[in-house]
Amino acid sequence: MNYSNFLDELEAEAIYVIREAYAQFERPSILFSGGKDSIVVSHLARKAFAPAGIPFSLVHVDTGHNFPETIEFRDRYAASLGAQLIVGSVQESIDRGTAQEEQGPLGNRNRIQSVTLLETIEREGLDCLLGGGRRDEEKARAKERFFSHRDAFGQWDPKNQRPELWNLFNGAKQPGEHFRVFPISNWTEMNVWHYIRREGIELPSLYFAAPRQVIWRSNSWLPVSEFITLRPTEVPVEKMIRFRTLGDITITGGIESEAVTLDQIIAEVETLRQTERGNREDDKRSESSMEERKKQGYF
Amino acid sequence: MNVLRFTTAGSVDDGKSTLIGRLLYDSKSVFIDQLDAVAASSKRRGTELDLSLLTDGLKDEREQGITIDVAYRYFATPKRNFILADTPGHVQYTRNMVTGASTADAALILVDARHGVVEQTRRHSFIAGLLGLKAVVVCVNKMDLVDYAEAAFTKVCTDYEAVRAAAGLPEVHFVPLSALVGDNVVDRSAHMGWYSGPTLLELLETLEPAVPEADSAFRFPVQAVIRPRTTEHHDFRGYAGRVAGGRIAVGDAVTVWPEGLEAKVDGIFLGSESLNAAIYGQSVVITLDRDVNVARGSVLTAGAEPQREATLSAKLCWLDAKGHRPGVRYEFRAQGGHGQAMIAEVNRVLNLETLNYEPGEGSLEANQIAEVTVRCAQAPTTEVYSEQRVMGGFILVDPVRGATVAAGMIQ
Repeated sequence: MNYSNFLDELEAEAIYVIREAYAQFERPSILFSGGKDSIVVSHLARKAFAPAGIPFSLVHVDTGHNFPETIEFRDRYAASLGAQLIVGSVQESIDRGTAQEEQGPLGNRNRIQSVTLLETIEREGLDCLLGGGRRDEEKARAKERFFSHRDAFGQWDPKNQRPELWNLFNGAKQPGEHFRVFPISNWTEMNVWHYIRREGIELPSLYFAAPRQVIWRSNSWLPVSEFITLRPTEVPVEKMIRFRTLGDITITGGIESEAVTLDQIIAEVETLRQTERGNREDDKRSESSMEERKKQGYF
Repeated sequence: MNVLRFTTAGSVDDGKSTLIGRLLYDSKSVFIDQLDAVAASSKRRGTELDLSLLTDGLKDEREQGITIDVAYRYFATPKRNFILADTPGHVQYTRNMVTGASTADAALILVDARHGVVEQTRRHSFIAGLLGLKAVVVCVNKMDLVDYAEAAFTKVCTDYEAVRAAAGLPEVHFVPLSALVGDNVVDRSAHMGWYSGPTLLELLETLEPAVPEADSAFRFPVQAVIRPRTTEHHDFRGYAGRVAGGRIAVGDAVTVWPEGLEAKVDGIFLGSESLNAAIYGQSVVITLDRDVNVARGSVLTAGAEPQREATLSAKLCWLDAKGHRPGVRYEFRAQGGHGQAMIAEVNRVLNLETLNYEPGEGSLEANQIAEVTVRCAQAPTTEVYSEQRVMGGFILVDPVRGATVAAGMIQ
């Protein structure tokens, strides 16, 4: 399959969107999770402004429940870009009492990340966050705009989105409001992988298969870490595992895989019959769980 | 063309969501967990596997059973990549079809074989023509409900001729199909031996709509000025943008607007790579051989001079729930400039039932389409929309709320 020219077109579109965000906002920043999509956005941002440096800081919302590799990669990558790293800590929001930890055996910190994110936006005076969200990920995201308006409470109103015509993006806002901008909206998971291979983009090792300690929970292989409580029936096993998406370690399930190179990953993704978020516990709660979180300011 | 961007339109019950679901399902673009979710949802509702649930994204529309906003879908076959803007067919949501069509190369217009060409068909076709879509595929759906009769299909083809002429559509194709059963969507129908044309997917894989911008005069709206101010690139001053028309090579002469100053292209860059030329659609950085005043909103051109008028004739689609009243000021935004503007005159308003333009009365309401005169505080650099979509489109923004209130196409 010849993707090369299609990738050029997607790249040109994304660079255009990133430059619009730079031109239309005072304090734009990249929402950096350490996952492949936000890495691709950062790579595109570097390309968009070369030979000048990247004109954005990186914002990371730290749930405190991280893969150690993610944090190590984040710090190294931000330094290599020469970009300022801004970390919003979910633990600090909990300590301040602005966020409340979910209770129960399936409680996690996914939903309350939104609180920390909005606090970070306010503290840093950010008016635009560039994210790696893609419309093919999830059905609520399929309706996202490139320039997505958020009100003073950080809320997304799907019924009152600004129509987006041609490539004229409208970043007009009231004080206290901000925008989320999604330069790779039109990319699919496959496109992202092909682009990573073409550009030789470095990724955290978690994307590649390795022997890892896991348990079988909610139909996927969950990594064993200090942050999850094993139930009596759950016995850790070692498997060759890789992750298709990276999030909070307590909810990011891996898949069994032998793919240790980009070529092998691409071959594998081509044959996979599950969406990449299919292993994300946070999306499985109800039919509209992504939509509900997005309305409350989720990424 | 490596990618086809297309949009869909149909009345509420034409089975549009089912058609898209079928296209995704039969082209093997649906993942197992998505299918499981649809199967579970169908079961809860007591229906058979309902493929329309694959595309109905938001909670409200699942509850109401209608599509209320533009949703984008992606699929690929070995021959081509597709980006689909799924837009609703309700009359009150004209704005969504206009939005979806603004970035599309082609439109699928659904017609119920039992009802033939109806008012909505005319309206959607008219909008497709207005937005300058180069190709339309009329999908004559629900053929299973008319016993796959050739006559029903032929009647739509014949009746559509008048619509095509009125809407000014250059290229029209017809496919008889049943989205529910899966006839002629991806797989060839066993029930319509009389039809020898391509299936819908085959047609979409081979459509080559004209792209006049690729061969037009060079146009390069500047998004931002790149000044590294580093030791290595101390004097570097580049102009970032995306080529909106034609092509340019190093050494070519260009004119910088609004000043109309001449310069030569010194370098073209994509990231750290140096290019000899840039073509339509590429995002690059251009350096010039001399210092001229270039800022965001400037346009570099070659060949024919661009249009530079403060008073513009345009077709306008009013998008906002709050209508337009005479005398209100807006912010005008186009590739070639932005600033204050007002609608000096609403000349004629489209009657969406007769598709005739009628005298205007000064105000405009949501979903109305009109011929207007727009007066800008400063003349932007533009083109006629039918020749260059990117340079010929503009939006009006409410300066207080920031809402995008209207979409305009320069005539």
